[in-house]
Amino acid sequence: MTKDEKYSIAKWAMEHAIQNGAQQARVSIYNNNSSQIEVRDEKIDKLQESNRNGMQINLYVDNKYSSISTNRLNNKEELGKFIEEAIAGTRYLAEDEFRMLPDPELYYKGDGPELKTVDPGFKSVDPQQKIKDAFALEKEVLGSDERIISATASYRDGLSGSVMVASNGFEGDSENSYYSLNASVSVTDGEARPRGNWGESSIFSSELVRKDIGKKALKRAVDRLGQAKIESGKMPMIVENKQAGQPLRPLISALNGSSIQQRQSFLIDMLGEKIGSDLLTITDDPFIVSGRGSRLFDGEGIATKKRPVFENGVLKTYFIDTYYGKKLGMEPNSGGTTNMVFKPGEKDLEGLLADIPRGILVTGFNGGNSNAVTGDFSYGIEGFLVEKGQLIKPVAEMNITGNFKQLWKDLVAVGSDVDPSRSWILPSLVFDNVDFSGV
Amino acid sequence: MSINRRNFIKTGGAAVAGTMVLPPLLKSCQNLQISPDVKSYLDHFEVTPEMLQKVIAEAMSKGGDYADLFFEHTLSNSLGLEDGKVNSAFSNVDYGVGIRVLKGDQTGFAYTETTSLDDMLKVAKTAANIANDPVTFKQSELIEKTSPNYYTVSQKWENSTVEQKIPFVQKVNDRLYELDDKVTKARVFQRDESSYVMFYNSDGLLTCDYRPMATLGVVCVMEQDGQIENDYSARSIRQGFEFLSDDLVEELAQEAISKTNFLFGAGKPKAGELPVVLGAGGSGILLHEAMGHPFEADFNRKGESIFSDKMGKSIAKDFINIVEDGTMEFNRGALNIDDEGNDVKKIYLVKDGVLESYLHDRISAKHYGVEPTGNGRRQSFRHVPLPRMRITYMENGPHTTDDLISSVDYGVYVDNFTNGQVKIGAGDFTFFVKSGTLIENGKLTQPIKDINIIGNGPQALADITMAAGDYKTATGTWTCGKGGQSVPVGMGLPSVLVSKLTVGGTSA
Repeated sequence: MTKDEKYSIAKWAMEHAIQNGAQQARVSIYNNNSSQIEVRDEKIDKLQESNRNGMQINLYVDNKYSSISTNRLNNKEELGKFIEEAIAGTRYLAEDEFRMLPDPELYYKGDGPELKTVDPGFKSVDPQQKIKDAFALEKEVLGSDERIISATASYRDGLSGSVMVASNGFEGDSENSYYSLNASVSVTDGEARPRGNWGESSIFSSELVRKDIGKKALKRAVDRLGQAKIESGKMPMIVENKQAGQPLRPLISALNGSSIQQRQSFLIDMLGEKIGSDLLTITDDPFIVSGRGSRLFDGEGIATKKRPVFENGVLKTYFIDTYYGKKLGMEPNSGGTTNMVFKPGEKDLEGLLADIPRGILVTGFNGGNSNAVTGDFSYGIEGFLVEKGQLIKPVAEMNITGNFKQLWKDLVAVGSDVDPSRSWILPSLVFDNVDFSGV
Repeated sequence: MSINRRNFIKTGGAAVAGTMVLPPLLKSCQNLQISPDVKSYLDHFEVTPEMLQKVIAEAMSKGGDYADLFFEHTLSNSLGLEDGKVNSAFSNVDYGVGIRVLKGDQTGFAYTETTSLDDMLKVAKTAANIANDPVTFKQSELIEKTSPNYYTVSQKWENSTVEQKIPFVQKVNDRLYELDDKVTKARVFQRDESSYVMFYNSDGLLTCDYRPMATLGVVCVMEQDGQIENDYSARSIRQGFEFLSDDLVEELAQEAISKTNFLFGAGKPKAGELPVVLGAGGSGILLHEAMGHPFEADFNRKGESIFSDKMGKSIAKDFINIVEDGTMEFNRGALNIDDEGNDVKKIYLVKDGVLESYLHDRISAKHYGVEPTGNGRRQSFRHVPLPRMRITYMENGPHTTDDLISSVDYGVYVDNFTNGQVKIGAGDFTFFVKSGTLIENGKLTQPIKDINIIGNGPQALADITMAAGDYKTATGTWTCGKGGQSVPVGMGLPSVLVSKLTVGGTSA
């Protein structure tokens, strides 16, 4: 579907909703093309192609609200009927005075910078090259270590495009692409069969890192051989940059308008308060060129803005969408995050580790959860015992347990090693006094 | 095609308005012996047996060993209550066909969201590319397969209206506030799903299934002296509108209140290795993570599971029997037929302590030269089948619950969980305990909450030193994720004692 075709169907559906009793409506239409090639034992294990289409309609009928979606887009008679029935069904719901489209003043007006989130050459990538890329990863490790029991390499790519229109004057579209290569290697020296993974991804085919992915996966597997739990105790915890999202995610969820209004947050009434140590500084920046989370408007059409989330530990914003903004009596400021940029420190991971007399470097989490209303958490971890910069031995089958309000106050060092390949651009983090349970 | 368009349309919109049945109109369909039931599915998807055969021939044209077509039309609806009123509704329509071609262990897969012959032939061609010696495919004779029905529906969701559903959602909320004045917020949700599935493969097998799913749940927030706690209670089974009842409303409201109340004053145990008594029912999560996943044959076929060389070996005490079953009536994990057209069966994974079977899909069954176990499942027509669990449980053991608890000096009793995970190769599994009780000197004492428990699969299985005779099937809404695909599952367990697991907590 071309962009114009999407706009045409979206506008038709929006007008159909208005003509049939909705006072307001918002329609978005997307399509995603993706392919996936998985190889192992020098053969293609899986070849998959996907072409997915969909439409979502938000209906505002007599102060009542519903949302419908379908992937059957090619018959207007059927779509029209679907919309009419949904409007009829919506009338049975209770009134909700807070449901309405955003104030048009807040909408993105089409004057934003070029974000470069799509590879213009996406459709001209040679399918044979994709297969070659996957085999090359496998080749890096095949036969290189007798402890390997299984090595899988995969190539994926995807192109997605969407348009959105709203009846009070919004029109916008976006396009994104990605390419990724991943390797997964299992090794054994007897009983356990630890697995190591490594991946690279890019918005542009030409910028995709294609080397050493297999080797890195193998190293991460081999390094885990002989892993075991150690004695319980309070120690510093170094969280590797690729894992730093795990402790951060519940902190950010606690800032959502819905969490605040539904009293499912441990950060209610904390705006302007000091939540974490001075090292906790995060900016939500939607305008990074080719950033993975870059966008000019959010899911409601509200123009995105660069904004501080935490400054030296002080909470600067909640994430408020239109609905919860009305309920809370707060100004809507866009309910989602874009690129969350953690202010980096001076030292790389090696430098951080050198400063730790004895602690645990966490390179993976295994299950666990947190309590949204109290901030209590408990997660399984794996990683390495570290003493004065030296990795002493691999550890696993251990838990960390604590409370996020305390954990973020105990943030004592931040790395310089931010990982730009995700929308949350995070460095390695060091927390003091973490409760580890093991033997 | 002469299908009645208007009827099909209504199926889509049944969502929020609700007045529709599957178009039952029959039309002459070549001269095959096809039951009216299967015929109505062919009509529904606007295909004929002849078209199916053409598409299969295209899929097999490059020399594949096997091919299948998985048609699906799923209608889902949900109602949400927030701040005292049923004030949001959501409906989704999903439609398409997935086409898969196998060559040995290799898979080619693509799908289309329309079922026109041209579109199906196009994706069949894509999937066919997994093989590369063009051959002329010889059609198999079409055989219709019928299966038992493990989830008979009295009133289909498509015939139920928003107006009929709303009162039950409202009543859960109202009952919560009546039961306890500490309740400050409640979110209630009701979901239903009707999935029409039709399957055809290169062996000529044609079959269909109607899969309902019904869910009612509540998140309850309570506040006391400035302390906030919340918990969650839900039921989800394969049933029609008859699922909703005043008894269910009462059960959920009572359970949510009691679970949330329990959390006030709950603390943490001492961190470290402790004996753990797993209460009957939801503790089946132990089996699901520690054994179920590592027993899935795809991991074993690749040698990636810690159980890869354990077949036929004793891996647990001889009173341990672990079952995988897709036939438990109305259970969330039940299926009439798996997503590869195979019968769902009750199988023993562990019999008298000995590892007896893996969970197989078609690829792994062929690889190991065994009968398929009916564990080939997929999230939707957009996904390839994988070996997946259905309902995983342990049969009763020889001990009593009192035996278990009284044997523990210092440990934990756990029976309320939110989630779990496992590392297949290392064998480390975890599950998160929302609430439980400390055991001191053989007695249940203080409430505990929000701790993760971690163990190693083979070790934990060997460390189940006692199992009671109080088997229960879990009542929760378990959904299992693997390889980016989610499927509904069930689980169950009698109370068991694991002599040591690593329990999250505070250091002494």
